[in-house]
Amino acid sequence: MKKILVVDDDPYILMSLEFLMKKGGNAVMVARNGTEALDFINTNKPDLILLDIMMPDVDGYSICEYVKTTSALSDIIIVFLSAKTKEVDIQKGYDLGAALFISKPFSTRNLMKEVNILLGVAE
Amino acid sequence: MSYLVIISCGLIYLLLLFGIAYYAEYKLKRNVNVVNNPWMYALSMAVYCTAWTYYGSVGRVGTQGMEFLGVYIGPTIACAFFYPVLRKILRICKSQRINSIADFIATRYGKNVSLGIIITIFCVLGLIPYISLQLKAITSSLSVLSGEHMAEGSLQYFYKDITFYITLILVCFIILFGTRSVDASEKHAGLVASIAFESIIKLVAFVMAGIFVTYGLFHGLGDIFQKAAARPDLKDLFVFGDHGTFSGWTATMLLSMFATLLLPRQFQVSVVENMQEQHLKKALWLFPVYLLIINLFVVPIALAGMLTPALKNVDSDSYVLALPLLYGHNKLGLFIFMGGFSAAISMIIVETIALSTMVSNHLLLPLLFSSAGSAKERPLLKSVINSRRVSIALLLLLAYVYERTIAQHASLVSIGLVSFAAVAQFAPALFIGLFWKAGNRRGAVASILAGFFIWFYTLALPAFITGTGGNSSIMTEGLFGISLLRPYALFGMEGLSPIAHSFFWSMLINVLTYVIVSVNTFSDAQELYQAELFVDIFRHTSSSEQNSIWKGTAYIRDIRSLLVNFLGEERADRLLTSFAIKHKLSIESGYADPRLVSFSERILSGVIGSASARIMVRSVTKEEIISIAEVLNIVKESQQVLELNKELRKKSAELTKATEMLTAMNEQLTQMDVIKDEFLYTVTHELRTPLTSIRAMSEIVYDNQDMEEEMRNHYLSSIVNETERLSHLITQVLNLERYESGRQKLHITPNNIDDLIAEVVHALQPLANEKKATLTFHPSSSMYLVQCDSDLIRQVIYNLISNAIKFVPGQTGMINIRVRIEYEELQVWIEDNGKGVPNELHELIFDKFFQAKNQTIQKPEGSGLGLAISKRIMDMHNGRIWVESEPGKGANFIFGLPYA
Repeated sequence: MKKILVVDDDPYILMSLEFLMKKGGNAVMVARNGTEALDFINTNKPDLILLDIMMPDVDGYSICEYVKTTSALSDIIIVFLSAKTKEVDIQKGYDLGAALFISKPFSTRNLMKEVNILLGVAE
Repeated sequence: MSYLVIISCGLIYLLLLFGIAYYAEYKLKRNVNVVNNPWMYALSMAVYCTAWTYYGSVGRVGTQGMEFLGVYIGPTIACAFFYPVLRKILRICKSQRINSIADFIATRYGKNVSLGIIITIFCVLGLIPYISLQLKAITSSLSVLSGEHMAEGSLQYFYKDITFYITLILVCFIILFGTRSVDASEKHAGLVASIAFESIIKLVAFVMAGIFVTYGLFHGLGDIFQKAAARPDLKDLFVFGDHGTFSGWTATMLLSMFATLLLPRQFQVSVVENMQEQHLKKALWLFPVYLLIINLFVVPIALAGMLTPALKNVDSDSYVLALPLLYGHNKLGLFIFMGGFSAAISMIIVETIALSTMVSNHLLLPLLFSSAGSAKERPLLKSVINSRRVSIALLLLLAYVYERTIAQHASLVSIGLVSFAAVAQFAPALFIGLFWKAGNRRGAVASILAGFFIWFYTLALPAFITGTGGNSSIMTEGLFGISLLRPYALFGMEGLSPIAHSFFWSMLINVLTYVIVSVNTFSDAQELYQAELFVDIFRHTSSSEQNSIWKGTAYIRDIRSLLVNFLGEERADRLLTSFAIKHKLSIESGYADPRLVSFSERILSGVIGSASARIMVRSVTKEEIISIAEVLNIVKESQQVLELNKELRKKSAELTKATEMLTAMNEQLTQMDVIKDEFLYTVTHELRTPLTSIRAMSEIVYDNQDMEEEMRNHYLSSIVNETERLSHLITQVLNLERYESGRQKLHITPNNIDDLIAEVVHALQPLANEKKATLTFHPSSSMYLVQCDSDLIRQVIYNLISNAIKFVPGQTGMINIRVRIEYEELQVWIEDNGKGVPNELHELIFDKFFQAKNQTIQKPEGSGLGLAISKRIMDMHNGRIWVESEPGKGANFIFGLPYA
């Protein structure tokens, strides 16, 4: 069972993601902001993070950068889920080491498929 | 100290000067102009300070108290308001290639030959004594330094006289120094550099002498003045009365003011040698500063000399030198001597060069040319230089003769001022002629002659008579025994000092003659033209080459050979070619263009003066008389050009303004574009969030038909909530857009503000209850009727209260609403106990999508447009909205509407 951390400040999106990931057979942790997310990352290292970018305290980019520059954490797979759609914003996400950048609104089926591929779980 | 040492020092010093001049000119050839700066310019102006300053000021304190200061206060005052006058003169001299004061005045009055002659003669008469004074200063300081009393040699034994040999050396030096370039209107970088150097030497030497005397021999200034105050005869020197009168001061100051510009050497350094007009601005305060510094120690030195018993029989003029020598400081003495030497010879050099240009151009050359017939075949370049050399020799020898004969007997005290008074006679013709077009040649000639006559009769003659001890009946009884004609009390005017007396009468008669004669006589065409050029120089500067007054026929061949004669082949051809290219003329053969003839005449003026240049040009051309009508035409044309220019300038200014406006508008549009783009991006971004959750949740419900009933309902109701949020957001964006574009019409009606608030409170009460917050409205119960659009104001109240509900904590949340009147404003206060708004955000929160752009702030529910919309609505009502808050202590959102 893979551990997935879901981070978003919108309660409905968070609720949906939690549901979807659990349905995919993963252990799911839920963080409503950047601070909570960092707590989880440091105490209970996930295999994959679904990461929103714009959050009130710590933004998604910083979390990604922290993860990728900390050697013990750098193997965590990061997937950005963001309403940011500008080319530069997407590029920035990949530059920071994200595996995937998915724009909101997204297709739930597609998301599930991508996550499974990234986690190496056969359909 | 032996003569040998002193004289070799003097010679080395002359060599040094030569070296400096040579260096400056060598640099110039490599395009580095060491004198092209205001400091050099100001220092060269300090040639004003001669040996008369260096030795004579100290001497004058003993007899006339503080009156010597007038000679330096005059120029200082002059500098304060000479700028416009000097700038005009500079501009004229540059465009007309004028090279001396005589040339200037002669050119102003139609390039008149006789006027140039008169002024030259008077300058020589007025200044020979002044030059001889410098020679005398050199000799007498030499005798003080060497300790040997010079034989007061008479002229018969001149070959035994050291002054004679000094004069000879100076003649050679100045000939070598000053006549190397033929164009007298050209700048002499070498001359200016060495004069500036001399100004530094004399200043340093004099200040050193002052410091030595004041602090070496005495205990500072206080000591000297205290000791002097103890002696009644010295104390008297500082009181008006016997020593220096009001009239004496006034005359001295006025004379010195004129002398600052009119002395040939001052005209030379400040006008002819001026490199750039803008140097004037700095020089006009640097020069007075120089005068101030060199005068600081005059009084202390004079008092110290008079307080020293051992110097009782020493001439007070030599205190500067005698004091250090008395106490055995020979090296300091030698240096001070060199300072005085440099003061004397800098004056001699510049004065002689300036005078020799005048003598050569206005006396010798016209004589030479008029007797030579057509001058084009002769090598004139040589004769110009030779005549200048002869003039230099003549002038210095004249000064020597004067020194050995008349000066031995005449009182020397005020020779400087007598010279000043002589050149002051040119002031009316020059200054009035600079601003008054009607002043003409006859007026100028008459006024200068009259002024000079008075000067001679009231100043020069008496000095001569009293000096030689001749028949003094004229002095006491007047000419022909008529007492009204006594030289020192003309027309019965008594009680003035001789200088003031002479200045008063000569100036009065000079000015009156100038004005009366000018008004009552006619000017010829040439005069009118020159007057126009001078008075309106700033209007003519650019067009003077286009407008040519000259009319006649001339062959290019003749013009060219004339120029070659004076300038040499190479330079003449270079000038002609560049002029031809500039004006698209052919200079190959045939008749010369009138412009070319005028140009050549101007070039020649620089070499031989305007009057001689005219004679020369006339000798190779066939000239027609120009009528007054033609001159007037030129004047009119230049005025038309000016009007046209003015019109064009106005048009161009308008165009520039229009361009600027367009640029500004374009910038504004671009900026608005950027803002709009940003707004659109933010809006779509804000729309994406609810859209995302709606899509995700509906897909989940659709894909999971087997969901529990309860959970499915939760998802479905959430979808409905998010859809509402989405439509609310869209409505707000559209509202804001409508308010900002100005398309929203206001429906103003009188409204009771209490009613509006009560309605909103009623609507929002459930929301507050849900959060268990207390929402309290305190009605004013005063029935405030306010003019406003009720729908919009209700929206504002709704936004503010719903915001407050969002921000207050659950359970303990408190919201209070109050209404009050402050001055002519009705205010609604919405107070909450939330966490408040940081100071730096008080204005920012009213921006569109402020939350979206500032993600570090806790994001509450809402579009982020509520406050921006409220602000917009208040703007439309001419009201205002703001927040008062301290973080942690809740916030007060207030809006105010005009209430009359």
